[in-house]
Amino acid sequence: MNVTPQTHDHIVKSYDDELKRLTGELQRMGQLALAQLEAAVDAVIARDSHAASKIVHNDATIDALEHEVSHDVVRLLALRQPMARDLREILAALRIATDIERIGDYAANVAKRSIVLNQSAPVQLVTALPRLARLAQSLVEDVLDAYRTYDANQALDAWARDEELDEQYTGLFRELLTYMMEDPRNITPCTHLLFMAKNLERIGDHATNIAENVYFLVHGTQIAQARRKGDTTSVLPLDDPR
Amino acid sequence: MTDAHFAVAASAAPAAAAASATGARPKMAARNLDFYYNGFHALKSVNFEIAEKRVTALIGPSGCGKSTLLRVFNRIYSIYPKLEAKGEVLLDGDNILDPRFPLNRLRSKVGMVFQKPVPFPMSIYDNIAYGIRHYEKLPKSAMDVRVEQALTQGALWGEVKDKLKQSALGLSGGQQQRLCIARAIALRPEVILLDEPTSALDPIATGKIEQLISELKNDFTIAIVTHNMQQAARCSDYTAFMYLGELVEFGETETLFTKPTKTQTEDYITGRFG
Repeated sequence: MNVTPQTHDHIVKSYDDELKRLTGELQRMGQLALAQLEAAVDAVIARDSHAASKIVHNDATIDALEHEVSHDVVRLLALRQPMARDLREILAALRIATDIERIGDYAANVAKRSIVLNQSAPVQLVTALPRLARLAQSLVEDVLDAYRTYDANQALDAWARDEELDEQYTGLFRELLTYMMEDPRNITPCTHLLFMAKNLERIGDHATNIAENVYFLVHGTQIAQARRKGDTTSVLPLDDPR
Repeated sequence: MTDAHFAVAASAAPAAAAASATGARPKMAARNLDFYYNGFHALKSVNFEIAEKRVTALIGPSGCGKSTLLRVFNRIYSIYPKLEAKGEVLLDGDNILDPRFPLNRLRSKVGMVFQKPVPFPMSIYDNIAYGIRHYEKLPKSAMDVRVEQALTQGALWGEVKDKLKQSALGLSGGQQQRLCIARAIALRPEVILLDEPTSALDPIATGKIEQLISELKNDFTIAIVTHNMQQAARCSDYTAFMYLGELVEFGETETLFTKPTKTQTEDYITGRFG
């Protein structure tokens, strides 16, 4: 069930302008983080170190936007003393900005590792990574869309789909371990790939955080059910990766 | 009449069920209360409770009936002609609108403080003693104790103890308002009604009154009408939102200000009204 976001404008028009500016900044942050993620995976596949460097460099733009959001949130809280859905909107914006900033960091980390990976011979396994990236990307897209449209159901769907990402990550983890056991020369590139995969899995976790905040923004309550975790890599037995 | 009578009266009014959501014992309650000013329907079938030893805030735009409702709670309207209340207002289960309910008893149990502090043109001491003398004959030493108690509870004793014989008119606005609260407390009421008690005060004086309210609720039941929503949010345990003479929403303050259930409430508290 959705709550119509803002049925009426505020009596003080500048308050509306400030809230619109805040949500606009978040959408811009979200678009940038998504573009960074897509570009990072492309750079891995294309073994393009130049593009990867650019991605690492661009992360500063997302960080700067997060600072702007924080500044605007402090200003709104101090000057407007928001209540009810305005208060939730502002709190959610602050939290979501942190999550988007982390997503940007993870995208930059993937790019950074790809530069190191490019110094080794091409690894066939790189192809498994885009599947994971596409899923992470679609989760982020969905939660940002849910935020834009105040759609708690869409947020809830995306929230539940993170389990799928976790499972894919666990599968990739097992696969990479196998390759490392088969040929020790694979250990260096596979370790980098493993870290990249972990970054993508973490992006999914931040997408679920955003989903939880969208749900809170719409309903004023937390999501009641516990989320199932598909990432079982931390409890896998050491002697049998399969 | 007793609490048992109150229970019967409450169950007889189905609309009161929502107001009972406070969970605390109701000290006062309006049951199907209508109020008319010269035929103008100012309160429309209001069901509402003031929980014992809690702070209940009434908010709403000008003319919504919040001050009217507060004033019905100590029948202050009865000094004006052509004003009429229908329904029941219960104090510990007794209907105070019943003409047989002694007005003196009501006023001693339900004190009221208004927006503009109005100290009597007499000494600080006499401002407090004046009301007490109406109800009790006390020797000087006992009166001294009562005055000190009231001024202490009104968070004013420390500032005035050395100038009790000076005129109350020389006090600052904030001190005058605390004097008025102390004057109400001096009669040992059970309920204190505050009608915009800080709207004429600066933030420091307002802070002192708010602190005082939080201390007074240990001993008294308090209802406060305020236009300052942050004040309602800060001071009260329960809040009622009124609009056009109707009680739109009533509930725990935290809930009402974070996730109200009615769109009208949400629009009002977020500044979207009208």
